[in-house]
Amino acid sequence: MSAALSFRDLKVWFGEGRDHVMAVKGATFEVARGESFGLVGESGSGKSTIMRALTGLAPDWSGEMAVDSRPVPQGPKRDAAFYKKVQMVFQDPYASLHPRHSIDQVLSETLKLHGYTDIERRIEKLLSDVGLGPAFRFRYPHQLSGGQRQRVAIARALAPEPEILLLDEPTSALDVSVQAEILNLLSDLRSEHDLTFLMVSHNLSVVAHMCSQSAVMQQGEIVELLTTEDLRRHAARHPYTQRLLRAAEGYVRDEDAAGGAEAVA
Amino acid sequence: MTELLDVQNLRVTFPTNQGLFEAVRGVSFKLGRERLGIVGESGSGKSMTGRAILRLIRKPGAVAADHIKLDGEDLLPMTEKQMRAVRGKRISMVMQDPKFSLNPVMRVGEQIMEAYRLHSRATKSEARRRALEMLEAVSIRDPERVFRAYPHELSGGMGQRIMIAMMLIPNPELLIADEPTSALDVSVQGQVLNIMDKLVRERGMGLIFISHDLNLVAQFCDRVLIMYAGRVVETCEAGRLHEARHPYTRGLLNSMPRIDTPKDRLEVLKRDPAWREAPSVGPDESREVTA
Ligand SMILES: Nc1ncnc2c1ncn2[C@@H]1O[C@H](COP(=O)(O)OP(=O)(O)OP(=O)(O)O)[C@@H](O)[C@H]1O
Ligand SMILES: Nc1ncnc2c1ncn2[C@@H]1O[C@H](COP(=O)(O)OP(=O)(O)OP(=O)(O)O)[C@@H](O)[C@H]1O
Ligand SMILES: [Mg+2]
Ligand SMILES: [Mg+2]
Repeated sequence: MSAALSFRDLKVWFGEGRDHVMAVKGATFEVARGESFGLVGESGSGKSTIMRALTGLAPDWSGEMAVDSRPVPQGPKRDAAFYKKVQMVFQDPYASLHPRHSIDQVLSETLKLHGYTDIERRIEKLLSDVGLGPAFRFRYPHQLSGGQRQRVAIARALAPEPEILLLDEPTSALDVSVQAEILNLLSDLRSEHDLTFLMVSHNLSVVAHMCSQSAVMQQGEIVELLTTEDLRRHAARHPYTQRLLRAAEGYVRDEDAAGGAEAVA
Repeated sequence: MTELLDVQNLRVTFPTNQGLFEAVRGVSFKLGRERLGIVGESGSGKSMTGRAILRLIRKPGAVAADHIKLDGEDLLPMTEKQMRAVRGKRISMVMQDPKFSLNPVMRVGEQIMEAYRLHSRATKSEARRRALEMLEAVSIRDPERVFRAYPHELSGGMGQRIMIAMMLIPNPELLIADEPTSALDVSVQGQVLNIMDKLVRERGMGLIFISHDLNLVAQFCDRVLIMYAGRVVETCEAGRLHEARHPYTRGLLNSMPRIDTPKDRLEVLKRDPAWREAPSVGPDESREVTA
């Protein structure tokens, strides 16, 4: 069976000289068609960068990336067929929505761009799928709460009916009840249309719920691949993963935390 | 004893095409030198409550209240100039969209230095040293590079940590943190929370911690307000959040996935119109979970 997404020794870097940073240091993994695959790990470890490289937003990379066994070209260009097949929900919904475009404009433009004609019906369906009533349709991003904006971003990604969804922290701005609705919706769409998900989340319970396996990243490297069984049983081998799983058991007040507070104030 | 913060009957409204929209509908609470969590579904008015305290509601939105007292002094009659002296000095707020609150065309380090010098009149080199220390304190791995970076060159979680560091610089009496750790992995999150916790315990800072993460709020905070449709439907000791009784709070608790118990589908909340009508729970009322 061929993979929907494959990454082989992917390296991604930014900047030059002293500002050079190797954000992804040789990542190799595959996501099978219909699978949901998680990317977890340290803040700043390169999770978003992997997705951005695939979609042409991080131009300096080496190695191989392929979508349905078709190699992804160097440079920022991706053809219309690529965006019809692959859509991304960005981590930062504020930055990804145009401040002067109403929700209606955002969705209708995306739909027209992909050649749909029954725009009305589709906008209504998309909004109701992500749990936003018709009252929101003519609002602008600044008139929405954080979670409402994130739902607009999800609706926009679903609009072209993609086969592969890249989800960067799709529910971290959502409260747990809307999170449950969105995750159920995503699961339904995946099983109905055989969708493939690559998903970043800091919430290991969400990853365990949605994904069958995950890559754990630290400082640009994939330190471990974990099945969800391993995740649930805390059966990690790498010390970083073990630390992460321990931290996920809950916040424990550090009565004699060193440094920190002195430095900031 | 005067409370650090005393909010009575806070309202935030927006005129819309469909008439006046009430984002916050009479919220009252008091805060001591403690960690107060605010939870509640998306759109329930958490951010607007925080912003209204600092009078940061954009026009045509409007704020009204019986009073908003800081250390016994009402903020409502203050002029915009007086409010500017309160903002960032006595009360800091970490906004929900950190990158949006940073200046996009200014290097991160310069922004932190500027904030620091505004507060302390330190020399440039002193400010630079402190800025680097702050980046390290919030677990930024390569502070020198990040110091020179622009906001768009940061990861989501790095932006959040920088905002937190900046907001703590003026040593505020009250910190309002709106989803401050939502983009952090649990390990870095713990380190950042320890910093805030220490400021509460050792300097007596008050903290309003707005979060979707019910487990985290239960473990980290002292008390919790649970908001629904612009009102407080329930309040309880944070440690007893899991025993909350209101069907809305129960619904929120039950909709979380659990790492140890797999489920095919997550439970979703069935909203009851009566929840919206019930009056807000006040600061002195005991509609609390008791033993
Ligand atoms: N446009 C850019 N220019 C320079 N450096 C960048 C750029 N984008 C990302 N980086 C750097 O690459 C590294 C990885 O960032 P990335 O956004 O992939 O992290 P992440 O794992 O998604 O973190 P988080 O969980 O905090 O969102 C960081 O050190 C970041 O500063
Ligand atoms: N400018 C505006 N005009 C009209 N309504 C607005 C405006 N700004 C915010 N609102 C509405 O006010 C309500 C409360 O918003 P608020 O940002 O406080 O929600 P929240 O509880 O912080 O939600 P989230 O968890 O999603 O961030 C939302 O329903 C939002 O749509
Ligand atoms: Mg990221
Ligand atoms: Mg909010």
